Amino acid sequence: MKISNETIIEMYEKMVKIRKFETRAMNLFAEGQVGGFVHLYIGEEAVATGACESLRDDDYITSTHRGHGHILAKGGDMKYMMAELFGKETGYCKGKGGSMHIADATKGILGANGIVGAGHNIATGAGLGIQYKGTDQVCACFFGDASTNQSTFHEGLNLASTWKLPVVFICENNGYGISVSQARHQNITDISQRAVSYNIPGITVDGNDVFAVFEAVQEAVARARKGQGPTLIECKTYRWRGHFEGDPTVYRPEGELEQWKKKDPIPRVEKYILDNQVMTQAEMDKLNEKIDALVEEAVDFALASKFPDISSAVEDVYTDIVEEGRSR
Amino acid sequence: MRELTYGQGIKEGMRIKMLENPDVFIFGEDVGLFGGCFGVTSGLFEEFGEKRVRDTPISEGAIIGAAVGAAAVGLRPIPELMFVDFATVGMDQLVNQAAKMRYMFGGKLKLPMVVRLPSGGGVAAAAQHSQSLEAWFTHVPGLKVVYPSNAQDAIGLMLTAIDDDNPVIYLENKTLYAVASQVEDEVKPIPLGKANIKREGSDVTIITYGKQVYDSLKAAEMLEKDGIDVEVIDLRSLYPLDTEAIFESVKKTHKVVIVSEEAKRGSYAGELAAIIADECFYECDAPIKRVCALNTPIPFSGNLEAYVLPNADDVVQAVKSLF
Repeated sequence: MKISNETIIEMYEKMVKIRKFETRAMNLFAEGQVGGFVHLYIGEEAVATGACESLRDDDYITSTHRGHGHILAKGGDMKYMMAELFGKETGYCKGKGGSMHIADATKGILGANGIVGAGHNIATGAGLGIQYKGTDQVCACFFGDASTNQSTFHEGLNLASTWKLPVVFICENNGYGISVSQARHQNITDISQRAVSYNIPGITVDGNDVFAVFEAVQEAVARARKGQGPTLIECKTYRWRGHFEGDPTVYRPEGELEQWKKKDPIPRVEKYILDNQVMTQAEMDKLNEKIDALVEEAVDFALASKFPDISSAVEDVYTDIVEEGRSR
Repeated sequence: MRELTYGQGIKEGMRIKMLENPDVFIFGEDVGLFGGCFGVTSGLFEEFGEKRVRDTPISEGAIIGAAVGAAAVGLRPIPELMFVDFATVGMDQLVNQAAKMRYMFGGKLKLPMVVRLPSGGGVAAAAQHSQSLEAWFTHVPGLKVVYPSNAQDAIGLMLTAIDDDNPVIYLENKTLYAVASQVEDEVKPIPLGKANIKREGSDVTIITYGKQVYDSLKAAEMLEKDGIDVEVIDLRSLYPLDTEAIFESVKKTHKVVIVSEEAKRGSYAGELAAIIADECFYECDAPIKRVCALNTPIPFSGNLEAYVLPNADDVVQAVKSLF
């Protein structure tokens, strides 16, 4: 497949955006400016980027607790994401959700999710909605290796395959379910094998190769749009950080992280870009500077924003009922 | 006496029973190598090995269901889920299986298992990692439910829970793990259904458990300055419930405030109020008050979360409204 220069540059930009956003979030957490549970996507950028490049604005995604990369790749705005991490009223969720629950319905983002495996059935339902309405949209469902041990994975794939729903199941196999390595949580190496049970295509790709992810998802999306049902795509990748910020990662064998760092998805694209004269080094540098500035703008925006008024705590539980507050 | 944290207390209770009985074993999410999401099982993997401190896949249905099966064949499993919120994923195994098998089978089966579930808010973990779901469990006939507030009770309740032949839900408050308190050198098992009077008083009874024991004791001190003498009861065990201790106290003070961290609607606190109204209505000379979280999911932002969760000031306000 010939990938246009424009697409390559767009994917490069998104990957760098994710890396820089996440690195800044990591530092903000370390400085104590951002609290709660923060799960970073550093090292896995090629998966969200390659996948979302195949999606249209009106397509849907479901995300996970490690959701920042998906949100950015689907077109989420850094400013509102950063403000949400700070718990500010200008954040995507008005400070109610935090890092783990960022959503933007206007971009088809059906939400990051704190429950492992919750997305499989929600994505299946989005696929049902699309099929029902008769449009050619799709829903991409992102999930980790460990979530494929939840019943929801099997329930979702079964229903989506039986009803031929337009869902692309994208497994980010980063080798760990929290602290438990894949070999200790399931008896298979290639999760794509599980597609056999549902009689749908299942493939494994190098999740650190953005082009490989892009091509695989392109094909799956095309099938889904034609009404040919779901695909299971396993992207083998690795999370550089702990499960959450503050995780001492005592469970990682020595040298494993370093091995994966050699397969960093970003320099791989940079090399391709230079070798094929898609951009010059100077152009890439300029793009990087632009993104640095965007990240700083997002932090400034978050810092300048207010914390939500406490009266907002009782709003948004329902569309039509505001719950009772308390006198303090 | 010695000092232990709440988390260390939970661990000590499990460890004592594991040393005593080879049928007691732990499995759950990150309980092994990692030592538990909140560090409670740290060191047990090294001490007892992988057979008895076993990491599981993130599969709540499988974790609780496997505990049911293992208990049914004579073991005493202690499954742990990282957050009580995740129990909802395994709820069939808990509600339709664990709680009902003995009864459905005409009393011919025992299911000795202790399900450890870290609960509560206050750590900026947002809506899916901060709930207080005790009413879900106390509502289901067949489950026992305990909720210790300090290290000594954590040990004593764990010893009893493990020896109990029924499924016991062992709720832990995640803001208390690092809180240290004095513990007897040799802790005795605490019978389930035995409350602890944390502070004696004559003017009003506060009934509470878990983290809110601390808020209530703080409120009692504040109220003392206003001349209100507060009795604070730490239930420790939500079911079985020490109704005797509650009724005796109500007969003495004639005023009741119930404090819990649950969303108020449909809460266990409501059940307590109903029990008191049923049995002691004529002993009360003021409405039975509940201080709970607001009826919202737990928000992320610090100021919103603090507003939604109950605190000592809210308890003071509720008590004062009775006078």
